[in-house]
Amino acid sequence: MEAHARPAPDEIRRWLADVPDPEIPVISVVDLGIVRDLAWDGDTLVVTVTPTYSGCPATAVINLAIEAALRARGIADLRIVRALTPPWTSDWIGDAARDKLRAYGIAPPIDGTAADGRMLGRIGRLTGASNLTVACPRCASNRTERVSQFGSTPCKASWRCTDCLEPFDYFKCI
Amino acid sequence: MPSLPDVMTPDAAALAAAAAAYPAPDTHQDAPLAPARAALVEFLTRMGDTTLVLGHRLSEWCGHGPVLEEDIGVANVALDLIGQTQFWLGLAGEIEGRGRKADDLAFLRDVWEFRNVLLVELPNGDFGQTIMRQFLFDAWHVAMLRALTSSSEPRVAEIAVKAIKEAHYHLEKSADLVVRLGDGTEESHRRMQAALDLLWPYAGEFFLGDATDAVLAEAGIAPDPASLRSAFDATVGPVLAEATLAVPAGSFAQKGGRRGIHTEHLGRMLAEMQFLQRAYPGATW
Repeated sequence: MEAHARPAPDEIRRWLADVPDPEIPVISVVDLGIVRDLAWDGDTLVVTVTPTYSGCPATAVINLAIEAALRARGIADLRIVRALTPPWTSDWIGDAARDKLRAYGIAPPIDGTAADGRMLGRIGRLTGASNLTVACPRCASNRTERVSQFGSTPCKASWRCTDCLEPFDYFKCI
Repeated sequence: MPSLPDVMTPDAAALAAAAAAYPAPDTHQDAPLAPARAALVEFLTRMGDTTLVLGHRLSEWCGHGPVLEEDIGVANVALDLIGQTQFWLGLAGEIEGRGRKADDLAFLRDVWEFRNVLLVELPNGDFGQTIMRQFLFDAWHVAMLRALTSSSEPRVAEIAVKAIKEAHYHLEKSADLVVRLGDGTEESHRRMQAALDLLWPYAGEFFLGDATDAVLAEAGIAPDPASLRSAFDATVGPVLAEATLAVPAGSFAQKGGRRGIHTEHLGRMLAEMQFLQRAYPGATW
């Protein structure tokens, strides 16, 4: 019997791709880009996770879900470490995950439009006009408007479509 | 608030150098901390207490917002600020070296030990007053965090790099609302001008430095508070002008919070905020 089987980090990452985000279960913790590193420290697996928002209440639940999933795969000895650097950005959400979000009714983030002074967002504000539009995840219309910069979870804003009239969530860009 | 593990930094070399600058933690609980360590703990407490008290004040709106979207918006800002508090107070406790965690500092200190600016402990007033306070805070917060992103203390820098993304988002929202309400109806304009007149002297406390700030500025850990004034004015001026609001004359600034001299309001707020941990020490959920 193998006493100290240490699965490769790539394989562990594939396992974690099945761990859903507790608030947006259609995407996984890997899709979200918050699993930053997987490494073995002797016989201890060190999982480095970064928070999306500083106060996201799902953070503790996510850590529990990661731990439970790995224990179910037979990893008994593990440590979850929080890393703040580099800070999470919605730009890290992968293309496949964006399709899943859209299919779920959430408009995915538009890269580079965070309010922190990166290029596209800054141009939009300086000119007072922007050709960036958030497409309605239901009917794909570009005639949409923002209802609120905030929404049902820390990572979402509230929008509505003026064509199909459906309200929808838009992934906040940070 | 659940306690999170200590912040991990990838910059181990800089961290070791920074740690070497402080003498080892005092083993005797009542022994005074070395000056550099004490100044850093004081600074982290000022940052954490300011975000904590404002976060709690904002949370008082939960369920009482004028419209659902604003209720949710204010609660989300509160959540970000309380999350940032865990970073600041967590690090304060770690550097203090006496085994106190963020929760201990938040729930088990009395009013004179709090180091938040007075602005954030004032009662919320009407929604316009809450938004004006938020705008003045956000404008300072972004300027402060921007300066802290190049702090010589890597753990301070990494918290700032994380928090500034959220602070920018908050500023965008509060500035937008100040313009809408200031340049809105006669009633909303009147209320926003009254809020500005009330709160403007309190914003002045952000820019008053003391001996602690001088130690931190000298060490490159945090900026001289007065140096943030121009960035603050550059943010606030155009927004207030667009909101058709008049900046109050005079440079009188309220002060005291950063050295533990508070208004009567903070004690009452803490009585509510700390009730559970005081009545049921160590309670968890």
